[in-house]
Amino acid sequence: MLFNESVQIALKALFSNKLRSILTMLGIIIGVGAVIAMVSVGMGVRQKVTNSIASLGSNMLIVMPGSANTGGVRSAAGSMVTLKYEDALAIKNKIKNIDYVSPTVSSSYQIVNGNQNWNSTVQGVTPEYMAIRSLKVSTGSFITQNDLTSRNRVAVIGTTVSSNLFGTENPVGQTIRVNSQPYKIIGVLESKGQSSVGQDQDDVVIIPLTTAQERMLGITYVKTINIQVSSQDKMDIVQEDVETLLRQRHHIINGKDDDFNVKNLTSLMQTMTETTTMLTLFLGSIAAISLIVGGIGIMNIMMVSVTERTREIGIRKALGATFKNIMMQFLIESVVIGVIGGLLGIVFGCSASLAIAQFGGFNTVITSAPILISFGFSVGIGLFFGIYPARKAALLDPIEALRYE
Amino acid sequence: MTKTIQLSGVKKFYHVGEQDLAALDGINLEITKGEFSALMGPSGSGKSTLMNILGCLDRPTIGSYRLDGEEVANLSDDELAVTRNRKIGFVFQNFNLLSRISAAENVALPLVYAGIGKKEREERAMYFLEAVGLADRAQHQPNELSGGQRQRVAIARALVNNPHIIMADEPTGNLDTKSTHEIMAIFEKLHDEGRTIILVTHEPEIASCASRQLLVRDGKITRDEGKGVRMDVV
Ligand SMILES: Nc1ncnc2c1ncn2[C@@H]1O[C@H](COP(=O)(O)OP(=O)(O)O)[C@@H](O)[C@H]1O
Ligand SMILES: [Mg+2]
Repeated sequence: MLFNESVQIALKALFSNKLRSILTMLGIIIGVGAVIAMVSVGMGVRQKVTNSIASLGSNMLIVMPGSANTGGVRSAAGSMVTLKYEDALAIKNKIKNIDYVSPTVSSSYQIVNGNQNWNSTVQGVTPEYMAIRSLKVSTGSFITQNDLTSRNRVAVIGTTVSSNLFGTENPVGQTIRVNSQPYKIIGVLESKGQSSVGQDQDDVVIIPLTTAQERMLGITYVKTINIQVSSQDKMDIVQEDVETLLRQRHHIINGKDDDFNVKNLTSLMQTMTETTTMLTLFLGSIAAISLIVGGIGIMNIMMVSVTERTREIGIRKALGATFKNIMMQFLIESVVIGVIGGLLGIVFGCSASLAIAQFGGFNTVITSAPILISFGFSVGIGLFFGIYPARKAALLDPIEALRYE
Repeated sequence: MTKTIQLSGVKKFYHVGEQDLAALDGINLEITKGEFSALMGPSGSGKSTLMNILGCLDRPTIGSYRLDGEEVANLSDDELAVTRNRKIGFVFQNFNLLSRISAAENVALPLVYAGIGKKEREERAMYFLEAVGLADRAQHQPNELSGGQRQRVAIARALVNNPHIIMADEPTGNLDTKSTHEIMAIFEKLHDEGRTIILVTHEPEIASCASRQLLVRDGKITRDEGKGVRMDVV
């Protein structure tokens, strides 16, 4: 018997009992849909986390002050004041395979222009900050080496600060007051929009590091040193070199705790990717359970269908249907349920995912892998859970089947 | 003359409760190609059981059944299915048509399992529907047909793969007199064409259409008249 015939017989049988067929498929539709929607939520979380790490730049090492350990009491990380601008310069000059080194300080201040005021973050940076963060200046210019050495009171502002203090006016050349001190605006940054964690990246005021340290905050240390390594495979070597150099410079003898902390963003990224992948798989497999439940639904209905059609099976056998013919007929029927249910499930899952993004406020990412896998799974489930009923049908004794009332 | 069917010492037992019930109790029977035989006998005597064995739907518990010289006991279930498909056409008392498909599709069903393409199936189904006078009912579903018409569809189905044996178990049992005459006319015509026909019936009038009458009682053949005589020869 031809394959086409079996498919036609199966489709006819399914169509002749539409409501039941749809109810049977519902299990598969919900299962496939749930897998696609759940995985898209998981992938969304993953994308958000990795994007926020990636937005800090690629191949990044971040040096932060360690926690002080005085009298056995550990204070919070970053509370130490040991990291210096000179450390950053030494790293830049003595260690190979580094593209940029950017030490920063930051603090929140009220920014004032005439009668307008705005609370924003003030960052003290070196010229390299621009490259390391991939910033662009839309009008004016960025902080220069000259501004740094002369401790100039100049500022580059983000578009949020600009629009709040100056409206549509061009702020370049104007003066703002930060902590009651005047700063001349030399440039406006190109908008970067919201970061993936929802932070406004345009709400920022950038001034020279030295100006921030001495004229604004009155400190001699830096809060972080960002290091961009030239290539990913050099990350570990550079990290070791930085640690050795800083221990040397901070006179930390062997066996003592470091007073600084070097974070490798690439390995952090890896960890986060692994964690969020686990989360995604977890969500996906919980959803996959409903697929299996759907499969049991198929089996249940196929068993009923075989019993109901015992006489039909008897007639077909009397007319010459072999074991394989009957097996195929019922197997194809359950596979067709899997295929149609799977296709509808894909539509349902994608719509659900879009709805979650639209109304649930989640970031969702639809990828082809869960679609293909859950579809394959639903076809496989149709096949697997169809085998037993189909075999039962194919093994029926023709006489008993013909006699069945 | 070629022996199409040879049974010797065929017994069929059914387990009923604790005991074995012999539905067939030592049947010896030879049927020649082209013979028209009628099986008669009281209800429960074993006629249907015998028909099922002759039709390769069932196997004897003991004894030998040779169909066209081949021992049926040696055939696998699938080989039996192929044998039924090629050599035997069935007509049942209760028609046994599939209710969800048209008359033409019902007639074509054996051809599906014979692996014949759609176009040829349709042509052959139409040809045999015409032969039983139902060409205009080809697209009707069985429940849109009268009993006599359904049985004619079933006969067309039995003929469609050109088997040389036709087996009919009380084919007119559910029909009125007029339909009965129509159906019997078809069987007589098939006999004239040279097919081997085995027919189970209660009614002597119908049995008299056949060239040979066999009487079954308690699982045994107790009378056998007209053996080997073809009706057209008489
Ligand atoms: N599947 C079965 N199980 C048990 N007994 C059966 C079965 N089929 C037939 N019989 C018994 O075998 C005997 C012959 O039945 P059957 O061949 O149908 O008779 P007939 O067709 O002549 O009326 C009856 O006594 C019947 O009860
Ligand atoms: Mg009977």
